Amino acid sequence: MIEITDLHKSYKTGNTSLHVLKGIDFSVKEGELVSIMGSSGSGKSTLLNILGMLDEADSGSYTLDNTPIKNLNEKIAAQYRNKFLGFIFQSFNLISYKNAIDNVALPLYYQKVNRKERDEKAMYYLEKVGLADWADHLPNQLSGGQKQRVAIARALASNPKVLLADEPTGALDTKTSYEVMDLIQGINEEGRTILIVTHEPDIAQMTKRIVNLKDGRIIDDTLVDQVKAIPHV
Amino acid sequence: MFNLESWQEIFDTIRKNKLRTFLTSLSVASGIFILVILLGVSSGIANGVKEEFSSDATNRIQIRTRITTKEFKGLNPGRRLQLTNKDYENLNRKYEDQLEYKTSLYSTWGGQVNYKDKQGSYRVEGVYPDQQFIENATLSDGRFISLSDNEESRKVAILGYQMKQDLFPETDPIGKIILVNNNINFTVVGVYTDPGGTREESRMFIPIKTAQKVFNQGENINSIAYTVNMGKNFNETAQLSAQMTQSIEQDLRTRFTVAPDDRVAIRVRDTLEQAKPFFDLIDTLKAVFWFIGLGTIIAGIVGVGNIMLIVVKERTKEIGIRKALGALPSEIILMILQESIFITSLAGLIGLFLGVGLLELAAPYIENDFINNPTVDFTTSITTVIILVVAGAIAGFIPARRAANIKPIEALRDE
Repeated sequence: MIEITDLHKSYKTGNTSLHVLKGIDFSVKEGELVSIMGSSGSGKSTLLNILGMLDEADSGSYTLDNTPIKNLNEKIAAQYRNKFLGFIFQSFNLISYKNAIDNVALPLYYQKVNRKERDEKAMYYLEKVGLADWADHLPNQLSGGQKQRVAIARALASNPKVLLADEPTGALDTKTSYEVMDLIQGINEEGRTILIVTHEPDIAQMTKRIVNLKDGRIIDDTLVDQVKAIPHV
Repeated sequence: MFNLESWQEIFDTIRKNKLRTFLTSLSVASGIFILVILLGVSSGIANGVKEEFSSDATNRIQIRTRITTKEFKGLNPGRRLQLTNKDYENLNRKYEDQLEYKTSLYSTWGGQVNYKDKQGSYRVEGVYPDQQFIENATLSDGRFISLSDNEESRKVAILGYQMKQDLFPETDPIGKIILVNNNINFTVVGVYTDPGGTREESRMFIPIKTAQKVFNQGENINSIAYTVNMGKNFNETAQLSAQMTQSIEQDLRTRFTVAPDDRVAIRVRDTLEQAKPFFDLIDTLKAVFWFIGLGTIIAGIVGVGNIMLIVVKERTKEIGIRKALGALPSEIILMILQESIFITSLAGLIGLFLGVGLLELAAPYIENDFINNPTVDFTTSITTVIILVVAGAIAGFIPARRAANIKPIEALRDE
């Protein structure tokens, strides 16, 4: 599903160049649930941004679902993002003036799906995350956990190949974090490929594979015995 | 691209940001409102001035002779200059090509007119049929003087509307006999109205040949009136008319041996020349009003542009989210542009309707000689609407470009 070889990325700030990714080789097969761990400055967010086509690597190759991701302009990047990827953010990033169902339907709007079908699909995914009764609520009427569920429903709505989650539980308390992880595990069980960036070891233990980053290099990549989130809820 | 779906997106946004939309709209609406009022008033002034000059045909030349005031070539001042049929015929011949309507006049002030027990003192004017058009008179009843009336010196009269009201308040005047100066009977054959109002309607017209006979004037006339052919171009016609005026004046000075600097003895007045400065003034006023109006709109556009920039700034995160979810840069541009055009157009239309409405409501109550019927015509309205849409596009363009350039990665970075 994801093939990365010898990925480099550096940022220029003034005269100094900061080498963030120093040759990453990494691949993810379909149906995997991978967590990327590392301290801040390890390059894990940069890696996720490149995977998410929000940023571009200086060198190296990146193939997503057999499609080489290179020479991206804004337009192609937008189309690929819409087609391949679903994003889940630490701070949810819901549009504040749209209610839950409209937020979930937004990626479909950009896929030119008509309104009726959009609403049906959005409702289906809201049911899936257990928020069907909250469809008409605005984000500020929802709890943090509910917001993240709406965001997960939104990420699923366009039926992407890969879900990319950047600290999905970073803004949630432990109990809610486990609920969200339970949902993510459920989605993974259905066969969807998911990448999670996190710095919380307990969250990482709930994935199937942990990739450890340090100073722009992968120092450790191990399969783990997945801890089910449900008993902890 | 301008499909129903994208409109729903925009209405959503607008509905959720009522105050912002209202404030933006206000600046545009007031700009258009002011423009419309200014244009209405300027057209009102134009109408008013035109009205002032429309009591008579605007392309009229009036020729009158009086008494000389200056000694010239051994002739003493104080000579009375008498125009005759001969002078009229000579001028007609000489300027035949440039003339539209022509008449010679013999008129008396204070003619006593009686009908049964009613009576009054009116001006009696002996004229040719063309007088109707030179005076801008409209027949409300009967007919005007005909050529055969003149040839046969018939005693027929066309009354001004005011005269008709005075002498025939209830009865139909056509065919009735009136008594002039207590000794001459005239048959009323027509009634006319004149935009000049009461003053110009307190007259009666009779054939000039008849006038010369009944007032014992022989070949004498006391003035000549012409209208010149209107060319396509106002300025050209005005110029031609002015040239002709000078030329006629020169002819008459030679004919009567009058000093070139004797302004009193011979007067040839050219209405077009008199009207010209006013029409120039109207054009200037119009230009100034457009300038002020457009300035106001530009201020409005800058306001909208400014607000849209703030909107884009405020929505940076949202636009970042939309881009992360797969919105194309062109879709972002369209979204901002569409919103901006929609707001400016709608607000502008409201301003337009308020302005036109106010003019329509206020117009009947404006009693001023120089403002008449201040309205905005269809073309002007369409022009302002086009200005609005263009304005909306301009106001939205820079903010839209900025929005499209927002990098999702920067917009989404957690603080």
